[in-house]
Amino acid sequence: MKQWEGFKGTEWRDNIDVRGFIRDNYAPYTGGAEFLAPPTARTQKLSNRYDALLAEERKKGGVLDVDTERVSSLLSYPPGYLDKDNEIIVGLQTAAPLCRGVNPFGGIRMARNACEAYGYKLSDAIETRFEYKTTHNDGVFRVYTDEMLKLRKYGVTTSLPDAYGRGRIIGDYRRVALYGVDRLIADKKKDFAELGKNYMSDDNIRLREDVFRQVGFLDKLRQMALMYGVDISGPASNTLEAVQWTYFAYLGAIKEQNGAAMSLGRTSTFFDVYAERDLKNKVFTESEIQEIIDQFVLKLRMGRQLRTPEYNELFAGDPTWVTESVGGVGTDGRPLVTKTSYRFLHTLFNLGTSPEPNLTVLWSKALPKEWKKYCASVSMRTSAVQYENDDLMRPRYGDDYGIACCVSAMTIGKQMQFFGARCNIAKLLLIALNGGRDELTGVQIGPAAPPMTEGPLDYGKVKERYFKYIDWLSETYVNTMNIIHYMHDKYAYEKLQMALHDTFVERLMAFGAAGISVAADSLSAIKYARVTPVADETGLIVDYKTEGDFPKFGNDDDRVDKIAEELTEYFSAALKRTPCYRGAVHTLSLLTITSNVVYGKKTGATPCGRKSGAPFAPGANPLHNRETKGALASLNSVAKIRYDCCRDGISNTFSVVPVTLGKDDNVIADNLVAILDGYFANGGHHLNMNVYNKEKLLDAHKDPEKYPNLTIRVSGYAVRFGILSTKHREEVLSRTFFDRL
Amino acid sequence: MSATSNTAGRGAGLRPGGVKVRVHSIETLGALDGPGIRTVVFFKGCPMRCAYCHNADALSADGGTLMSAAEIAAFAVRYKSYYGQTGGVTLSGGEPLMQADAALALTEALKAEGIHTALDTSGCIFAPAVLDAADLVILDVKHTDPQRFFDLTEYPADGTFKTLEYLKGSGKRFWVRQVIVNGFTDGGEQIKTLIKAAAGAEKTELLPFHNMGAHKWAAAGLTCRLSADAVPSAQTMARLNGLLRTKQDKLLQRKK
Repeated sequence: MKQWEGFKGTEWRDNIDVRGFIRDNYAPYTGGAEFLAPPTARTQKLSNRYDALLAEERKKGGVLDVDTERVSSLLSYPPGYLDKDNEIIVGLQTAAPLCRGVNPFGGIRMARNACEAYGYKLSDAIETRFEYKTTHNDGVFRVYTDEMLKLRKYGVTTSLPDAYGRGRIIGDYRRVALYGVDRLIADKKKDFAELGKNYMSDDNIRLREDVFRQVGFLDKLRQMALMYGVDISGPASNTLEAVQWTYFAYLGAIKEQNGAAMSLGRTSTFFDVYAERDLKNKVFTESEIQEIIDQFVLKLRMGRQLRTPEYNELFAGDPTWVTESVGGVGTDGRPLVTKTSYRFLHTLFNLGTSPEPNLTVLWSKALPKEWKKYCASVSMRTSAVQYENDDLMRPRYGDDYGIACCVSAMTIGKQMQFFGARCNIAKLLLIALNGGRDELTGVQIGPAAPPMTEGPLDYGKVKERYFKYIDWLSETYVNTMNIIHYMHDKYAYEKLQMALHDTFVERLMAFGAAGISVAADSLSAIKYARVTPVADETGLIVDYKTEGDFPKFGNDDDRVDKIAEELTEYFSAALKRTPCYRGAVHTLSLLTITSNVVYGKKTGATPCGRKSGAPFAPGANPLHNRETKGALASLNSVAKIRYDCCRDGISNTFSVVPVTLGKDDNVIADNLVAILDGYFANGGHHLNMNVYNKEKLLDAHKDPEKYPNLTIRVSGYAVRFGILSTKHREEVLSRTFFDRL
Repeated sequence: MSATSNTAGRGAGLRPGGVKVRVHSIETLGALDGPGIRTVVFFKGCPMRCAYCHNADALSADGGTLMSAAEIAAFAVRYKSYYGQTGGVTLSGGEPLMQADAALALTEALKAEGIHTALDTSGCIFAPAVLDAADLVILDVKHTDPQRFFDLTEYPADGTFKTLEYLKGSGKRFWVRQVIVNGFTDGGEQIKTLIKAAAGAEKTELLPFHNMGAHKWAAAGLTCRLSADAVPSAQTMARLNGLLRTKQDKLLQRKK
C-alpha cells in the first residue's frame, strides 16, 4: 500500500495493531529541546482569534453560544471554521467555534437546565423529539431502589454518571489514520459475522447489536470528514493527514457523546513515525510539523460541552479532559519519547499555557535525562503538566495504555471503563457511628444500629462497626453502578468510540473513594487521642470532642499511614464481593476531581477536628496544612497506598513555591526531577505539579481578569484559576503550600 | 537539658545509636542547605543570639523531641530515592555542634546507610571530630571582624575562626556562607575580606537576611533586634554577588 511505503514490520498490516506499528517504526529521541520551532504566522493568527473568542466567552459568563435547534451528532452541523484561510487542521464540534451543542441522550432534563442556566431555551423540536424517547437518565431512575436514591440524596454517593454521559472511554483514534475507515468497517463486519455463529445468549445478542451500531457510526465518520472535503476511507499518507484523520475520529466522538472525560489517548509517538518519514523525504520541515501539532492542539482546546451549574460544582473549571499521555518507556526498554513528545509540550509556549489538552507525562526512571529536565522546566513555567508512574502501570497495562480523565489507565483500544464516580468514605464513618443515620439531618439512610454515643470511643469497636458499614455500602454502590452502566449501554451507547476498540474488549468498572485522609485522621484520633462524641437531644452525634495529639496522615508516620492503607485495601476488597455488570473488573480510585469541596459541605464534623462543612483535601492528599515534616513526608505517606488495590489511580496534588527549590532555574529543574524520581521510585502513582507563589494566586483571586490564562492543576486536571467559583478558589488557597526556607 | 560538652566530640567511647539528638524539627524537602534534595534535621539549641536568626524557636536548648541517631537515620533512609547522586541529609539548627556527640553519632549512622551528610554550622563550638566525619561542612561565617561578629551574634568569634582555619588546613570540602544584613555585612570591603578568608572553600554563598521568621522570636519570648529595614534589596544582593564573582574569577586566574 502506497501510504505505508517506508514503514517496517508486517504484523500490524494483517491485524489492527497500532502498538505494533509504533514499536516497529518509531525513533526514540534522547536529545534536548533545541530543535523546536516557534509558531508560524498562520498559527499565531488562529491563536489570537481563539484568545479573542475565549475572552468573549468569559464575558458572557462561561458560555459563548448554544445551538438549541439541533441534537449533536456526527452529521448534525454544516462544516465550521475558526479562520478558514489559516486553518490546516479542520473540523469543529458545531457550526461555529465555541458554540455548544445539545446532547440529550444522557438526560433531557440536564440538557434543558443547562440551556436555561445560560439564558437559552431548548427548541420545541428537540423537546418533542425526546418526549417519547427514553434517555439514559430515565432508564436509571426507573429502576433505582429507595436505598440508592437515599445514598445519592444525602451525598454518600455523588457525581454518579446517571444524568450525564459517563465518558472515560478512549477510542483508539489513531486506527482511523493508520488503516482508514473502510478497513475498520471490514474488520468489524467480520466480527459481526462471527458473533452470528454463537449461541444467542443475552451477552451475545447485545454485543452483536453493539457491533452493528459501531459499523453504522464508522460510516457516519467517513461522511462527516467528507463534509470537510476529506476522504478518510483509506489510510493517511503523511503527518498532516495522520493528524487530521485522528482528529476527525476524536471530533466524531465528542459530537456524539457529552461524556464527562473525553480523553485522547497516546498519540504523539504515533504521529512521530509519520513526522520522521516526512522529514526524511523532505515532505515537511520542522516548522511545518510543529504547525500541524500546534493547530491540532488548538482544536483540542476548543472542545466544549454544555453542562449545568451543579455539574460545574463537582467538575469545576469547565474541563473536558482531553488527556494526552506523553512519554513512558516500551516493554523492550526503549523510551517512547520522540521529538513529537517535545512538540506536544511545546504547544504550551507556541499557543500559550492552557488546561487542555490535559498533558500527562508518563514518568519512568529510564526516561532520557534531557526529557526529564525539559518536562520539569515546562512545569516551572506553566504548572500545566501532570505526571504518572509508568514503571507502575507498564507491567499492568503494557506500553500502549493511555490515561482517561485524570488517573485512569487503560490499554488503548483493548480496555474500556465504566466510570463509577465516588462515594464519601469519611461521611460513612459518621453514619456508622450514628447507627445508619445521616449526621446532618438525622434521617435513617443505612442499616439501623445503636449509635456509639458513649465516650471515649474505642478504636477496635469503631473499626468493627465502620467496616460493617463499608460492606453494606460496597454492595449497594456496585449495584448502583450496574444499573447506571446497563442503562448507559442501552440508551446512550458510545458507538463511535467503541468502534475504535477491539470487539472483545476488557471492561473495567472504576469505583472511587473521597475523604480518605479525613477518615484516616479520624480513626487515628480515636486510636491515639481521646475522642468523645457530642450528641444532640435525639441521640444524633453532631460533633466530637478530641483531646490530645494524634498522628496525622501526610507526615510519613506509619501509625496513621497504615490506617489509610488498610482502609483502602478493605474497601477495595469489599467492592469485589459484588459482581459487576458485563463481567467488568472492579477498580478503585482515590480521586475527587473538585468535588472535595461539595463532599466537605455535605459532611458533618469529624473526629479529627475538621469542622462540619469544611472541604476535604483533594484525591488522596493529606488534609490541608496537617503536614509538619515538609513536602516529601507528605508524598511518602500517599505513596504507601498500594496501586494494586487502587488500580484506577491515586491522585496527589502538590504545590511548591519555586524559591524553596533552589536559587536558579537550572537547580530548581534538577530538584523537581529528583522529587519526581523519588516519589515514583517509592511507589507513588500520580503527581500534579504546581510551581508558583501563593501571592500570585492571592492576587489572581482578587483580580481574576488580570490573569486570564493562569493555569493551575487541581485534581488530576488543570483549570484556569480565574474561572473557578469563589469557594473553589478559596479551597485552592487553603491548600498546603510547601514554602519553608 | 544541658548542652552536650564539646570536648567529647573526639569520638572516644561513643556508642552510635545510644546518644539522643534533641530535635527541633525535620524538614523533608530541603533544597537550599547543601546540594540536591536534602532532609534537614534541625537541632535544638544554639549558644549564639544572631540578630537575624530565622529559627528563633530553635535557640533554647530545652524542649524539642529526643530521637536516637538510629531512629533519625531510619527515617532518612525513606528519602534515599529522592536524594539521587547529589542529595542527602543536612544537620542544621539551632547549632548542631552544641550537641556534638549526637551530631557525630548521627553523621556516622547516616554514613553507614550510604547517605551524604552536610553539617550546617557556625563553627562556634570547635568540634573537629564532627567536621571530619561530615561529607560537607557549610560554615556560616557571621562576620570577619571579631568585634562586629560579637555585635551581631552576642558570642565570641574564636570558635568560628578556629573552625574555618581547621577546614582550610584539612583539605575537606566546605562551603562558606554569610548572611547579608544592611548595616552589618552589606559593605563591599566586608565581602572582599570574606572571600579572602574563605579561600579554599568550594563555594561561597551570600544569603539575604529575610524577616519571615520574625514571628518566631515573639513566640519564643524573645525580641528580634532587626527590623525590615535590615533586609537587603535585590540590587544590593546583585551588587555583592557580582563582586563575589569577579573576586573569585581573579583568584582562579591567579591559581592558574
